[in-house]
Amino acid sequence: MTTTTIAGHDVDVNDEGFFEHPEQWSEDMASDLARAEGIEPLTDRHWQVIRFMRKEYQEKGTGPTVRVLGKTSGVPVKELYELFPKGPAKVAAKIAGIPKPRGCI
Amino acid sequence: MGNEPIEKVSIIISKGALEGIYPGLIMANGARAEGIEANLFFTFFGLDAIHKVRHEHIKLATVGNPGLHMATWLGGFPGVSSVMTHYMATKMDKLDIPSIPEFIEMIADSGAGLYACKASVDLFGLDKDDFIEQVQDIITVGEFYERAAGGQIIFT
Repeated sequence: MTTTTIAGHDVDVNDEGFFEHPEQWSEDMASDLARAEGIEPLTDRHWQVIRFMRKEYQEKGTGPTVRVLGKTSGVPVKELYELFPKGPAKVAAKIAGIPKPRGCI
Repeated sequence: MGNEPIEKVSIIISKGALEGIYPGLIMANGARAEGIEANLFFTFFGLDAIHKVRHEHIKLATVGNPGLHMATWLGGFPGVSSVMTHYMATKMDKLDIPSIPEFIEMIADSGAGLYACKASVDLFGLDKDDFIEQVQDIITVGEFYERAAGGQIIFT
């Protein structure tokens, strides 16, 4: 675990850059986190996914997989990969400040 | 060899039974979810997975499948394969594992390439119209290796 500064806030992240404490996240960090993942700027569609990730995590304690995102976030799989080419669930989880989703499918 | 992350995989699906197709699909889908480039190459009976008509009727092998812990004579009875397949499908559905047609569509949407093996297509007397629209091309083994260049090859 390391402590890093994002948008002026000190946050704890793991070796892969995922938040250790999702409660440390705030919306003003998202654009910096996205830029580090090569995504710029964040569009409304990105935000729809990011907010969905937060909501799922808060309700279920774990982030959704790409399949769940495709079925329930309102953004289809094809578009998810256009928005987050390096892996929608993984990258959106990082930007949303939640742990990496662990589903196999 | 260091521990560089895998950036590209080419997965060959060569079997036509349910348990022969799913592992390759899960690996391809999982690769894309990790941001890894993935190509799927269907050969021999694996072609059933992308066959317009047949891919909706993929069955679990109940004969010659010791992992099922079922007597071979029983597995060969008419209807046993269908019943076991249905049982498996129900369990998978509960876990929200997509059906093969749905899974393949999702994998194609994730940007993975789907290809059919030319030798097998010729052998079975098929052509491009027999396959689902997501299949990009029918390619030779040489073309497969060209597309696989720079990545890992996984045979299932």
